Amino acid sequence: MSDPSTPAPGHAGSDVTSGQPGNVILEMRDITKEFPGVKALSNVSMAVRRGEVHAICGENGAGKSTLMKVLSGVYPAGSYDGEIHFEGRLVEFHNIRDSEHAGIVIIHQELALIPEMSIAENIFLGNETASGGVIDWLSTRVKARELLARVGLQEEPDTKIREIGVGKQQLVEIAKALSKDVKLLILDEPTAALNEGDSQHLLDLIAGLRAKGVTCIMISHKLNEIEQIADSITIIRDGRSIETLRVKEDGVDENRIIRGMVGRDLESRFPDHTPKIGEVFFEVKNWTVRHPSVPDRLVAKHSDFFVRRGEIVGFAGLMGAGRTELMRSLFGRSYGTYVEGSIVKDGKELRLRSVADAIDAGLAYVTEDRKSLGLNLLDDIKRTTVSARLSRITKGFVVDDRQEYNYAESYRKSLRTKAPNVDEGVAKLSGGNQQKVVLAKWLFTEPDLLILDEPTRGIDVGAKFEIYGIIQRMASEGKGVILVSSELPELIGLSDRIYTISEGAVTGVLDREQADQESLMRLMTRRTPGGGDRSRESA
Amino acid sequence: MDKVKKIFGGDTRQLGMIFALVALIIFFQIWTAGLTLTPDNVINIFQQNSYILVLAIGMVLVIIAGHIDLSVGSVAAFVGISVAIAMRDWGLSWWLGILFGLALGALVGAWQGLWTAYVGIPAFIVTLSGMLLFRGANQYVGKSNSVPVSDDFQVIGGGYLPEVGPNTGYNNLTVLLGLLLAAGIVYGALRSRRALVKLGAEVEDAWVMWVRLALICAAIIAATLLFGSGRPGTSFPVAGMILAVLVLLYGFISNRTVIGRHIYAVGGNRHAAELSGVKSKKVNFLVMMNMSILAALAGMIFVARSTASGPADGVGWELDAIAAVFIGGAAVTGGVGTVVGSIVGGLVMAVLNNGLQLKGIGADATQMIKGLVLLVAVAFDVYNKSQGRASLIGLLMRNARGRGGGDDVTPPPSAETETAPINESIRQSS
Repeated sequence: MSDPSTPAPGHAGSDVTSGQPGNVILEMRDITKEFPGVKALSNVSMAVRRGEVHAICGENGAGKSTLMKVLSGVYPAGSYDGEIHFEGRLVEFHNIRDSEHAGIVIIHQELALIPEMSIAENIFLGNETASGGVIDWLSTRVKARELLARVGLQEEPDTKIREIGVGKQQLVEIAKALSKDVKLLILDEPTAALNEGDSQHLLDLIAGLRAKGVTCIMISHKLNEIEQIADSITIIRDGRSIETLRVKEDGVDENRIIRGMVGRDLESRFPDHTPKIGEVFFEVKNWTVRHPSVPDRLVAKHSDFFVRRGEIVGFAGLMGAGRTELMRSLFGRSYGTYVEGSIVKDGKELRLRSVADAIDAGLAYVTEDRKSLGLNLLDDIKRTTVSARLSRITKGFVVDDRQEYNYAESYRKSLRTKAPNVDEGVAKLSGGNQQKVVLAKWLFTEPDLLILDEPTRGIDVGAKFEIYGIIQRMASEGKGVILVSSELPELIGLSDRIYTISEGAVTGVLDREQADQESLMRLMTRRTPGGGDRSRESA
Repeated sequence: MDKVKKIFGGDTRQLGMIFALVALIIFFQIWTAGLTLTPDNVINIFQQNSYILVLAIGMVLVIIAGHIDLSVGSVAAFVGISVAIAMRDWGLSWWLGILFGLALGALVGAWQGLWTAYVGIPAFIVTLSGMLLFRGANQYVGKSNSVPVSDDFQVIGGGYLPEVGPNTGYNNLTVLLGLLLAAGIVYGALRSRRALVKLGAEVEDAWVMWVRLALICAAIIAATLLFGSGRPGTSFPVAGMILAVLVLLYGFISNRTVIGRHIYAVGGNRHAAELSGVKSKKVNFLVMMNMSILAALAGMIFVARSTASGPADGVGWELDAIAAVFIGGAAVTGGVGTVVGSIVGGLVMAVLNNGLQLKGIGADATQMIKGLVLLVAVAFDVYNKSQGRASLIGLLMRNARGRGGGDDVTPPPSAETETAPINESIRQSS
């Protein structure tokens, strides 16, 4: 969208890019938002047509979330420059309530539901069906049930949020939005935490809402989903709106979107890599682990697998299949209760009773949830880098701060972490750079086996490519790498071998050549032999 | 303004507190017509508040780890009466009495640490219980009586450095210590500068370092002369010495040792720390135990100063200590705080208290003022954080620009310029 002087909305021909007539519901003009020292948005303009799904694409930090916060009133009118026209009127939102009143509802990536309250209570939270302050529970439940039916969620309205999975919680959020007579629904990374099945269900639901006239703005990193569902795509790069694409008319595909986002062609999504695979050095046999609080549930069932030196071993599974649980139970029993099984590394059986044991034995585990499990966001780069193996740079109990600086600096350089220096707080870094700091932290422990749990989640395309390169470099150095990922193309593109997990059990293993999305999906959804009975027997 | 910022270094949050303390001292010095900065008064401030400051050192670690300790006043009173009685009835010498007191503190701390760390009961509850438990224990052990302590024990609370050497008009030991401290700081600064140069890291301009060192040395020498020129027989108090040693020790522990790092890690993100091999239970246990040991020490210092242990010792101390820590920049959510900051926070309260007393302001008004100061100090912190910067200087700079009226913004200091292009953070986070 290069032309800033867009015509008034609501008129025929107001659609600036394609020149096609369209009824514009929302137009943002020359939005500029500055933070002290940083221009987050500069002259961003975009127009959303009524009843379409409009995707916003851009690398992390391009300014997508800021733009949505401007739109929804999180950043109140007056704190930014530019105009917002909604349904043909110039609007000024001073808070979220204002924008919701106008019919704009935003669903954030981090769901805003209260776990201990019921579905119905959550849906009507802040918007209670009440007279004189007294809640009418009967009509609340009836209305909740209607809304749940609209989003295709078969749960009782009295069910507590913590009892349902994250996929269903996402649907509750949408039901909540629908309860507010939403005209424009903004979804920020709606499928980031969902598995393929739940994602597809959500996309179908969005398509259904579109058919009923609800306009959607969707921010997503999953380009295949955008290609599948979006009618228009606005690309934002470095705080500027680059272009708006019409998916059908312009024949947009993933490569076209990536080109817009990074401003160049990505020749390949994976770096070149010739695996140098050695002998088997890490083996897990008959690994069985109980759920920490539900004793008759097994989260890992008699799992066997092995890793060779220099090999990248993928682990595929649907959400809830138990991949993270398996890896964390291996990593010094940091999850669940050990039942039976053995870990053999370099011919010796390991007894890892704590995370410290696991680190000493040469294991490293990069958690899937960077912010809540992987990082202390109050720390700086250098302290984080050395935190998992302080003993490497201590004499007695005293930390050698020169060595600390040296190591942190050398990892910053070799992983190309973008930060002015290693004194920078990790909270200030982008997702990709935070992940590099986490990788540095674990590489600093000098592991033989590196377990990576969703290492590229929430990371933009350019940084992903770099992380892939780092993973391959580790393998080339003779380390074993276990890669857990929900993105099948990533697993297929990087792994030398892929195990599939379903209901806590290993259901198959495929070599690089055999692995494709279809065969993996078949194995991932295979039911465990014996099913639930076996777990009860063993418990 | 840039130059000021350079001289005082990056930690502007702490700097703000130090400025506030200096401003407060100057204010009272003027208002009390010079009564604040007399040798006797300064010595008095230290003696009256040393035990609270000792508590603040332990409390900041507890708060960094994400807990709170409400029992410190009761624990101090319980240990104080036990030590007084042990010395009276069992004939323990003063140093055995101190060791006994510290051991008792460790025992009490182990008790509270056990419940907090290993049973998993919130420290608020455990120490609320401890507050009642040990207050009762104090009255049970002492039968609600006051028990006096011997003269040699009283030195740790009410004693001064002895007079040695020729009569210079100053207390020679105090002056010597002051000079040693100044020399040590200069030496340390030069050494770390050399090390940085060796590493090839950026170093500040030489003049910045020298101006800063000159300011620090001037402050130390002024304080030294103040402490050294009191009434004959008085000088830098022994309690102040104990405090100084503890500040150095705990400052070092919190910054440079493994356990120190682990305390910040557990408070900042317990799950991440555990998945990095930190044994968080052990950390929590040690932090709680350490607090009670320091509470025991504080109790003994107080008993020594007041020459006897009584049933009402230590009432309300926990609140003074907690206030000092939060004024000193710690975060309620854990993971943030410094030992030095807490001492400065404690001194702010102490100077305020003292100045108001000198002016004859009643206890009622004093309490109200102290309450408001706590609120305003933390509110200032919170406001700064919400503005994305924790800097008093930055605030002043922005206002200066605003008055200039021009649109062209003066370039921010180098670090910020470098950050800007890659730093999606400010846009993404929050």
